[in-house]
Amino acid sequence: MTRIRTGPPPRSPIGESVPRRDGVAKVTGAARFTSDLSVPGMAWARIVRSPYPHARIVSVDTSAARAVPGVVAVVGAADLPDVNLYYGHALADHPLLADGVVRYAGEAVIGVVADDLATADEAAALVDVEYEPLPVVAGVEAALADDAPAIHERQAEARPHRGFEEEIRRDHPNICSSSTHAWGDVDAAFDGAAVIVEGTYRYPKSYAFAMEPYTAVAHWTDGGLTVWSSCQHPFMVREDLARCFSLPFSAVRMIVPYVGGGYGSKSYTKIEPLTAALALRAGRPVKLALSIDESILTTRGDGAVVTIASAFDADGSIRGRRAEILLDSGAYAENSPLVARKAANRISGPYRIPAVEVHCRSVYTNTAPASSFRGFGAPQGNLAGESQMDEAAERLGLDPLDIRLKNVADRGEPLWPGVRGLDATLRDDLCLAAEALDWWTPPKPGHGRAIGLSASDAGSEPVSTALVRVVADGSVTLTVGSTEIGQGSATVLPQIAAAEMGVPLERIRLLQSDTAAVSFDRSTGASRTTTLVGLAIQRAAADARSQLVEWAGETLAEGGPVEEAPGGVTVGGVDHDWGAVVRAWFGGPFGECIGRGYVRRAGTTAEMPPFWEIGCVGVEVSVDEATGQVRVERLVTVGDVGCAVNPQLVESQDLGAAIMGLGMALTEELVYTADGTLLSGNLVEYRVPRAGDIPAWTSILAERGDGVGVYGAKGGGEGSLNPIAAAIANAIRRATGARLREAPFTPERVWQALQERDRAGG
Amino acid sequence: MAEMIDVRFEVNGREHALRVEPRELLADVLRLRLGLTGLKVSCDIQVCGACTVLVDGLAVSACTYLAVDADGRSVATVEGLAADGRLTPIQQAFIDEAAFQCGFCTPGMVMAATALLAEKPAPTRAEVVAGLEGNLCRCTGYIPIVEAVLAAASSTAGDDGQ
Repeated sequence: MTRIRTGPPPRSPIGESVPRRDGVAKVTGAARFTSDLSVPGMAWARIVRSPYPHARIVSVDTSAARAVPGVVAVVGAADLPDVNLYYGHALADHPLLADGVVRYAGEAVIGVVADDLATADEAAALVDVEYEPLPVVAGVEAALADDAPAIHERQAEARPHRGFEEEIRRDHPNICSSSTHAWGDVDAAFDGAAVIVEGTYRYPKSYAFAMEPYTAVAHWTDGGLTVWSSCQHPFMVREDLARCFSLPFSAVRMIVPYVGGGYGSKSYTKIEPLTAALALRAGRPVKLALSIDESILTTRGDGAVVTIASAFDADGSIRGRRAEILLDSGAYAENSPLVARKAANRISGPYRIPAVEVHCRSVYTNTAPASSFRGFGAPQGNLAGESQMDEAAERLGLDPLDIRLKNVADRGEPLWPGVRGLDATLRDDLCLAAEALDWWTPPKPGHGRAIGLSASDAGSEPVSTALVRVVADGSVTLTVGSTEIGQGSATVLPQIAAAEMGVPLERIRLLQSDTAAVSFDRSTGASRTTTLVGLAIQRAAADARSQLVEWAGETLAEGGPVEEAPGGVTVGGVDHDWGAVVRAWFGGPFGECIGRGYVRRAGTTAEMPPFWEIGCVGVEVSVDEATGQVRVERLVTVGDVGCAVNPQLVESQDLGAAIMGLGMALTEELVYTADGTLLSGNLVEYRVPRAGDIPAWTSILAERGDGVGVYGAKGGGEGSLNPIAAAIANAIRRATGARLREAPFTPERVWQALQERDRAGG
Repeated sequence: MAEMIDVRFEVNGREHALRVEPRELLADVLRLRLGLTGLKVSCDIQVCGACTVLVDGLAVSACTYLAVDADGRSVATVEGLAADGRLTPIQQAFIDEAAFQCGFCTPGMVMAATALLAEKPAPTRAEVVAGLEGNLCRCTGYIPIVEAVLAAASSTAGDDGQ
């Protein structure tokens, strides 16, 4: 590891790779995930799913299923007149069980609840549903045809406070949302260009494969609803549940145990309303634990078709960019309107471009619904945008590194009008990556290298809170609404509290992700936690310290003047730790000081985005021309994170993200036929990277203190994924002369591209 | 109700006598009936290795191993590794190298590594990579896991077993 740091080292334990706090629990099997959870009296649910990609439900006969001994309830949409069936934080278009129509193969139609899973399985097989098939559109081009059947007959309600009203426009019934990203005079930019590169690039429909499938347990109790779920955003799920069941937000308690992987795929609401509805009808706690095959059918990543043109001057200066992005968003909106907006925003790249016009449409198709997935529109557009940087360099006879250095935005420059200036020095990041990749030494024959860059408007909404509670022995309970999904927040956030309170790390206890017990956080995603929750903790600690200093003045001041010191106060030369102050103020061995920290769109976090998330990678690939097999031999990641609070964990994110990107670049694709059949809906045919696929890795951390967060931190975790596919495509080109524009770059596609190269050359 | 079959097997050194259905999977018996939830079930089709346990010392996928086939055998799960309260070198190395994030693959990964080092106490890097091909991890990118297994191997080099 190389760490590039400017400025003084922050105070201990910031910047230290302290061991993960969940380590012992996770290596001994003691860590409890929602999958592992049982509640007394709990029944099990199994879902009957549609075999048709688009059909009207003619009739449902559940009598045989109900007759199976041990069956508690068999529930369809018609059995839930007291429930608001439709949920969705952007567009309320998704019924928790099919409401007369199914819109993709695998959609949930009937829920069967039984004493045990085997009985639920047996009964589910006896549910008889009669369907009338409807015409199917399983790809974006088909869905946008003039005579395409409408997948949603009525326009769903846009949730006002998500800010999508403008984008939920229907110039075609199968358009879910439209986003535009434009400035400058694009026509003029293209008219005067020396070189225009044009092309269409395709990014696959993908599956995040969080190894823990979607799982929830719902229990109606204490006058409200308690749900345990493997989810990232418990507070947002709480709101959807409250709307479905007409409850106050506070009557819904969401508890998130350890989460077996998220990567965005457990953002927002999934199976929680369904599980709660089944528990309501069953009159018992219900566990719904999907299989991986069912999880693939629950949420996937948006596939993209990107038609793009970029105009350049002869010296390589980029003049303008036009792009049309079509996202295959599947049967329901989920979070695709936001993915569409971000895909539009992010395709212009971290470059100084005088004129841009991007239109992105999220399109309904009869396939499994797409939603958030790590990178969030960025990788889809980056494949196109970064490929075009290399294509332009080639046409102009420039080095791909030089064309990026020529165009990359400087620190402080907004990437488009009205946004926060860039909080990174990308020129230096590019040079670090190039150096680590031995850019100026030619690679072996059959090998090729490339450097990829991205900057994403990340951090989501800057809305977080934290409580720092100093108890009578001076130890601290830290509560946050942010979820530990493996990224390491359960380790990093106590590091921040320890540094801010001057209390040893082992005396900080963290409580997360129980909406009845901790204070609000908007979400765990968009790489926001260290930056924004970190700020909330810093403010909560400052609030606690200021109260404690005041309390010391009230109760200990007869000893002399009170001065704040690390971990407590000094009064007339005598040290009192925070616990002593609490005890003195309450007048006994008890009491608690509650420090509150709020972050909102104000002050340093007023300007959007809260930070720019940087992706800067280098790859070297080898290509076997006989088979088309591509192997990534070397990988360089530059983690430009402002301040690495826990460097080992930052590097973990960089590598994990890059390898996930490698999967989608080389092997991962949810393949649908034109009639809506999923061909790769399991872990054999959807092939994720394995231990043998991993390249040699060089990790660089760039810590320039330039982020808005604590100690200059800003987010990481998605960045290294975003530019990987384009970097691999560009490296394949440099290795072989073949240009790949459709990911994944499978042996077949590479081989075809090599044939094309030979035909063109011959 | 299908016929029930009496089976006896040892799990982490303790004898269990159970009456199981022929279709019951070892993973479900361990997790749901014996409360040993350390092993995880993910892919269901013997691809991901999250459910790896040892049967008579051999790493198997409990998601596709019938409980009746464990009759008369000895099963080891992750819960049995640090039964004396001390982490094994592999477990400690996983913590030191941050060889996990979400931790869902970790019990299976640790058991696969345990079987690997039992068979090959001083593996090469390539042997570790090959030994872990049957265990998927979606978080880490594998390098920290390979490093952890190599570190555990070298930390026990020269020991007479454990």
